[in-house]
Amino acid sequence: MEEIKASYPQLGNYCTPLELLFTEGFDVKYIVPPPITKKTLALGSRYSPDYVCAPFKYHLGNFIETIEAGANTLVQTGGVCRLQYYGELHEQILQDLGYRVNFVNMSKVQDTNPLTFYNGLKEINPQMSLQKIGKILPIVLKMFEYIDEAENFIRKNIGFESNKGAFEKVHADFLGDLRRVRKKKELKNTYRDYMKLFKGIEINKPADPLKVGIIGEYYTIMEPFSNHYLEKELAQMGIVVDRWMNVTNTLIHYPKKQIQKRIKNYAEYPWVATSMATIDRALEFARKGYDGIIHVKSFGCTPEIDAMPILQNISKDYKIPILYFTFDTQTSETGFNTRLEAFYDMIIMRKETKK
Amino acid sequence: MIIGIPRALLYHKYKHLWKSFFKELGIDYILSPDTNKEILRKGSAYSIDESCLSSKIYLGHVEWLLDKCDYILIPRFSDYSRNGTVCPKFLAIYDVVANIFRDRSINLLSYSINPKVTHVEMAAFLKLGKILNKKKSQSLYAYLNAKQVEKKAHLLEITEQERLLQENKLKILVLAHRYNIFDKYIGEPILNILREQETVPIIGDIAPQKEAIANYAQISETLPWVCNRELVGSIPIYKDRVDGIILMSAFPCGPDSLVNEILIRRIKDKPILNLMIDGQEGKAGMETRLESFIDIIRFKKDEQNGRN
Ligand code: SF4
Repeated sequence: MEEIKASYPQLGNYCTPLELLFTEGFDVKYIVPPPITKKTLALGSRYSPDYVCAPFKYHLGNFIETIEAGANTLVQTGGVCRLQYYGELHEQILQDLGYRVNFVNMSKVQDTNPLTFYNGLKEINPQMSLQKIGKILPIVLKMFEYIDEAENFIRKNIGFESNKGAFEKVHADFLGDLRRVRKKKELKNTYRDYMKLFKGIEINKPADPLKVGIIGEYYTIMEPFSNHYLEKELAQMGIVVDRWMNVTNTLIHYPKKQIQKRIKNYAEYPWVATSMATIDRALEFARKGYDGIIHVKSFGCTPEIDAMPILQNISKDYKIPILYFTFDTQTSETGFNTRLEAFYDMIIMRKETKK
Repeated sequence: MIIGIPRALLYHKYKHLWKSFFKELGIDYILSPDTNKEILRKGSAYSIDESCLSSKIYLGHVEWLLDKCDYILIPRFSDYSRNGTVCPKFLAIYDVVANIFRDRSINLLSYSINPKVTHVEMAAFLKLGKILNKKKSQSLYAYLNAKQVEKKAHLLEITEQERLLQENKLKILVLAHRYNIFDKYIGEPILNILREQETVPIIGDIAPQKEAIANYAQISETLPWVCNRELVGSIPIYKDRVDGIILMSAFPCGPDSLVNEILIRRIKDKPILNLMIDGQEGKAGMETRLESFIDIIRFKKDEQNGRN
């Protein structure tokens, strides 16, 4: 039998824990998906329906790139919203393009009992063992959390590093070392050592720096290429960047009940997808007196569009500026930069006058 | 007390139920008028630009009702049910309306469909009756009665459609959300053009619901949304009796963006037209598009007849 070489589309830096899950848990070779680039987007848009949301196109493009990098087994997860239906269309398009791969669509077993779900998972590798997965899963989840924690720290400090590139260098080493981790202890030590390194990086942070919170739709917020490297741009302007949305806070520990309670004044009923978290975070950033909020989403994302009237009310009620970005496949670089700079000028002026 | 009912979105599905329920309980209601240019213009002005056309129209209707009634009826559906999920729009629309019009002292009346309760709809209507200060027995009677009216109306639609299917003309299956195809401003003009062109539009959404729901997976296994399941499930029911299919969607409808693509890739034996409506198209342009599609259908049909 041909060796199983599996993959899942790139999202931020999460291919590292996924690699651990696939190799040690599912017992297959893992193809690290190529980073998201212009080419990914071009490929994805060429074969996608026009007005489907951008993450669909990125995923499709990245699937094609991973096939070209050697993958023969592709996994698409279920999820809420349109994501739930991505897999079936991805599979159809890839098939129509003539790619012969094993496409494992987890949507087929979504909302079923654990056994059916496991059987669905087995389509990746019929020989996989529950024991192996059970053994590695806690380490995989912890790795997601550590990556998120490290990146939270980076976002808040990278804008103030004394030596340009210091954080990026340590970050890359951290991710590289994580790839070799197999045991809980190793993971913990690696994390601890690197956090020390991160904290030891020399920074020059003013006492009351500009603070901006980022909120919005799942994919666009987490995949830096798709949001024009917004966080990097902000950091270069000398801003503390805060973002709650990540895998830890949504997939691993999602505080649905608390969120619903906190946003009661603005939303009486529960919503789907990330929109509740979007509202909740906006409130939190507003209450904490941040200087501004940036909302990002891909074009046509219904849940996030519906969150916007509420964000506008929060902006009025708490007098906090919110900048809205919609990304599609043709978002222009200059338009993006102009709006971001105007926003920066505004929040810095507001801060000055407040003093 | 007067209840305002926006003539948009779910109105088109539940109009018989709502109207009979309120009538039976002796509660006055007022309907917003048919969608027109002004309603769309106002609705768009209140909407986030990227919202789907259907929801922009909805906001226009809500706006029209604002100073003309005491409460506006906005039902709310949960994120899943036995038959599938709903477009996220329906989960949010209540709160969206409340937030957009919060400075205009709007009062909303809602019933919430919660799939965890048995007899979900009935429970919701009994609750609604309670809010309206009606006795439980009264509300129950009104609901059951309204259900009968609704059922009769649906049966009538189905019979009428079966009759249309017998007509000796070109028949075109129109797959569109009910609130789009039956909207006087964005949907009806399409039906009129089709009729003027000597064809018979067959409405996918009229298909018997249970049968449609039992069918959809033949075409698309993991399709999540109830509305689209019903539409896709109507294809096996009607396909052999129609000559072409039109997929009409409101720009930029989320579910339809994927479902239409699946249909175009999977249904190979009938001509398909993908018709995206943004509310700006003129009559002439629409006529040309539909005419050329009908020409293709005629051509294919003649070709087939020639072969047989
Ligand atoms: S299904 Fe499409 S048209 Fe209907 S509310 Fe949702 S996005 Fe709008």
